[in-house]
Amino acid sequence: MIVDARGLSCPQPVLKTKEALEAIDEGIVEVLVDNPASKENVKRFAEKMGCTVEIEEEKDHFRLKIVKGFTCEVPTFPSSNLSGKVVVILSDSMGEEKELGRMLMKAFLSTIKEASQKPKKMLFINKGVLLTTEGSSVIDVLKELEEMGIEILSCGTCLDYFNLKDKLSVGKITNMYDTVEELLSCEGVVRI
Amino acid sequence: MEFESFDDAAVAKLNDETAIIYTLDMITPVVDDPEVFGEIAAANALSDIYAMGGTPWLCLNILCFPTCSLPQECMKLIIKGGLKKIDESGAFLVGGHSVDDMELKYGLSVVGRANPERIIKNSEAKPKDRVFLTKPLGLGIIATAIKAGMCSQSAEEEAVEAMRTLNKEACEKMIEAKAHAATDITGFGLIGHAAEMAQASGVNIVIESEKVPFIKDAMEYAQMGLIPKGAYENRDYFSQYAEITIADADLEMLLYDPQTSGGLLVALPQSCDFPYPEVGYVTEGSGKVIVK
Repeated sequence: MIVDARGLSCPQPVLKTKEALEAIDEGIVEVLVDNPASKENVKRFAEKMGCTVEIEEEKDHFRLKIVKGFTCEVPTFPSSNLSGKVVVILSDSMGEEKELGRMLMKAFLSTIKEASQKPKKMLFINKGVLLTTEGSSVIDVLKELEEMGIEILSCGTCLDYFNLKDKLSVGKITNMYDTVEELLSCEGVVRI
Repeated sequence: MEFESFDDAAVAKLNDETAIIYTLDMITPVVDDPEVFGEIAAANALSDIYAMGGTPWLCLNILCFPTCSLPQECMKLIIKGGLKKIDESGAFLVGGHSVDDMELKYGLSVVGRANPERIIKNSEAKPKDRVFLTKPLGLGIIATAIKAGMCSQSAEEEAVEAMRTLNKEACEKMIEAKAHAATDITGFGLIGHAAEMAQASGVNIVIESEKVPFIKDAMEYAQMGLIPKGAYENRDYFSQYAEITIADADLEMLLYDPQTSGGLLVALPQSCDFPYPEVGYVTEGSGKVIVK
């Protein structure tokens, strides 16, 4: 919706904006004004109403884009250096050579602690759940990652298969539905 | 009289006992009730005499009236409201002039009298003076909220009461308290008129914003963008004389809000007795207004 309040004096642009915003539950109202006083007044009004405002200066007027109703997703993680990526770990070993692979996995997990962009979630699937359960040598590392705000999730079916359901030592259990949702909606998947 | 000192009215000294103070002011309606508008317009015009410590003496009506769109009764009520305030001031209405005009305007030309030795200018504020304000601010914002149909009744009543109140008593009290300097707060807002006083006096004026009185709900309306264009124009012009150390942009706009029939801003010596809100003080300086 566009409200053309050019040529109007205070308080008319504010009243026109009020009318337009009251007519919608959610959406974007664009208001055109031709003087700085009306620009500031309409911005004040919209922000007081809880809307967000973007201002563009055009040739001989201002265009205020007022967004009503849409809320931004509030990040649930405490740390701001978490990316939107998800790491999927399918084995307790990084690569085929088992002994080397376990050393590499430990180093990999420890290094995530220092990474500038950390994943928001780590999914442990298939033999990956051996890392999140009793007897794993990386429980402490994973607990530290969890404290940094990274979600540690283990596949429930996999825990059942290895008889490890009551041996989970870090993080939570997840199911295939949530896993699929997560993998298809996140910013990127890193498979190990 | 130095007109460069931005004073409120012209002054002519007749002899050692008497000086004439001469002024003219007219406004467009700020309320719907014609009689109340008449009162406010008259109080606004008489204020220039009070700001200089004078006594109103003779008044002439000046009225621009849209005869095609408003009834004759409306004109009578405006004049009646004006006369009520002229009577209250002790002055005499001795004539006037009206013209047909598209937009309604009303005001007075007023002649006042004062002892030439006791005229209070805006140019004599001294460092260490205490600064007082005799009416709450926010009158321009409330008038805008009224125009928008968004003003609460209680805020409108408070604003109307402030606007129709003569600065007569404030003037008498400031004379008793031996004021150094005074001006009335009108179109330039508190910061604008304080800046003029600071410039004319060669001092800085510190405004302690948390002590400044405001009309009820004025802050709420400022936050909603019901701010008259004049407030923004005042900010654009007078910010060169102002040091704003507060972070509240809405409060800042209230301090730039143009007033109709506003109060007196008075600089008084340290040991004074003045029954109005104290809003700041004077320091040595070069004509700045410092808002804390």
